Amino acid sequence: MPEQMIISGNHAAAYACKAARVGVVAAYPITPQSPVVEKIAYFVEHGDIPDTQFIRVESEQSAIGAIIAASATGSRTFTASSANGLAFMNEQLAWAAGNRLPIVMCIATRALAAPWNVQTDHQDSMSVRDTGWLQLYCEDNQEIYDTVLQAYRIAENPSVFLPTFVCYDGYILSHTVMPVQVEDQDVVDEFMPPFNNHMHLADTSTPIGMSPVTTPNPILRPEATAPGYFEFRWAMQKAHERVLQTIQEVHAAFAEKFGRSYGNGIYKTYRAEDAGVLLLAMGSVACEARIAVDQLRAEGINAGVVSLKVFRPFPGEILREVVKDAKTIAVFDRGVAYGYEGVLSCELKAALYGAQTHPYIKGFIVGIGGRDIYPEHFIQGVKQAIAACDAGEPVTSGRTEWIGLHVDQLTNWEGRWNHGPND
Amino acid sequence: MDEEEASLKITASKQVPVTGEAGKTGTWRTFRPVINLDACTVVKKQDLVCNLCWLYCPEGVVTRAIPPEIDLDYCKGDGICATECPANAIEMVREKEDEGYGNAPENMEELT
Repeated sequence: MPEQMIISGNHAAAYACKAARVGVVAAYPITPQSPVVEKIAYFVEHGDIPDTQFIRVESEQSAIGAIIAASATGSRTFTASSANGLAFMNEQLAWAAGNRLPIVMCIATRALAAPWNVQTDHQDSMSVRDTGWLQLYCEDNQEIYDTVLQAYRIAENPSVFLPTFVCYDGYILSHTVMPVQVEDQDVVDEFMPPFNNHMHLADTSTPIGMSPVTTPNPILRPEATAPGYFEFRWAMQKAHERVLQTIQEVHAAFAEKFGRSYGNGIYKTYRAEDAGVLLLAMGSVACEARIAVDQLRAEGINAGVVSLKVFRPFPGEILREVVKDAKTIAVFDRGVAYGYEGVLSCELKAALYGAQTHPYIKGFIVGIGGRDIYPEHFIQGVKQAIAACDAGEPVTSGRTEWIGLHVDQLTNWEGRWNHGPND
Repeated sequence: MDEEEASLKITASKQVPVTGEAGKTGTWRTFRPVINLDACTVVKKQDLVCNLCWLYCPEGVVTRAIPPEIDLDYCKGDGICATECPANAIEMVREKEDEGYGNAPENMEELT
């Protein structure tokens, strides 16, 4: 029988790893990610997962390095990190994607230093946007468990072979306990086909080297003409272009097997069918937006939420279809493409450029560095967006509006210090 | 190859070990290892009892045999075998240009 547990988001991810029969786990502790690998270490220590090897490492860069090597031997692998730990992995993230290794990694999203801050926003995951990894976002702990299971099946599909991030908001999900249904091992086994990688470095009968210097042009050899770097990178992009189909298929198979679904696996909606104004957000921001929508509806504003689950690849053509009948869309970003604007809002604008019909777009920055987001913030943004649309204001580009800013509260502060000796 | 087929087939860039991937790297050599068979432990004992030259060679060009042989087509002349040899049986001798390999400048001894 499936078991109902009251667990944190981090532990939900750990139980999913256990169910996925992960072969190798390596991670370095960083708040708020640490409990996910602590729990896996507990499983290993107590003999719950005898086939899982836990490698202790001295840094995040070593963690991802160990995982890349393990994945290249054909083992199912897992790691997790947050913020500056993730940033420290950055160079290796590109190796994982470029070698098409279907690693699954959780990001308990957290603000990037400086200044130092351990609370949530999406700046860390947004900053690794272009490494070639898939990015999936979650709104609650059950969704974390379910998404990690789906992530393996998506990443390991031979038409995909891409590493995958499962992102969930630090503390808000990583440390908040909620009911999570943990499924029976034999049912999960039925859902998860065995992993068959495209490379098996430990097979010494056919020794291979991974990622030699690969020239710009195809490499001519007597026996064959091998792809150049250009072709490898093209193939990685092609895999991203194909994967939206795979994600929907895996999501449908999951829904059939376990009876839980998350929209179509790409995005989720809430009261969006007849909505004249849409709120677009990801993760816990979208979760909170649902509450705001109920309040807006009570005021007579026909609002709805589009909660984006898949951020990479960016499902631009699908979103065109979803938002085409709305008059206005307010985008709430928990990460900034510094020097431009909110990441989601600039992605959406790019996606809708050239669409037959599209709503008026206005972007807002909320909840940076763990600042609480309240329904009033969404309501304020939605009303601002509607007013700007009705007034015929041009859509802005490269400018941001921050909701929940408190410079008005600064008193007797001369800009010289933040924490004095008497604090 | 068809684009759809290629996009599915191309995953990671891999290589298999082949001899001479970078050409005959023996041409890079400035000093040539010469084994004094009278001093070599393996030859003296007529047994594979030492073979540290084979073990330490980063290029894999020394045979584990009696006597050890060095493939000068690919030996880069790093001298590790000479350093490791406990019997001091290997001498590094400067290459002469007219012998086909190496291009040591005349004042190499002064440089080292």
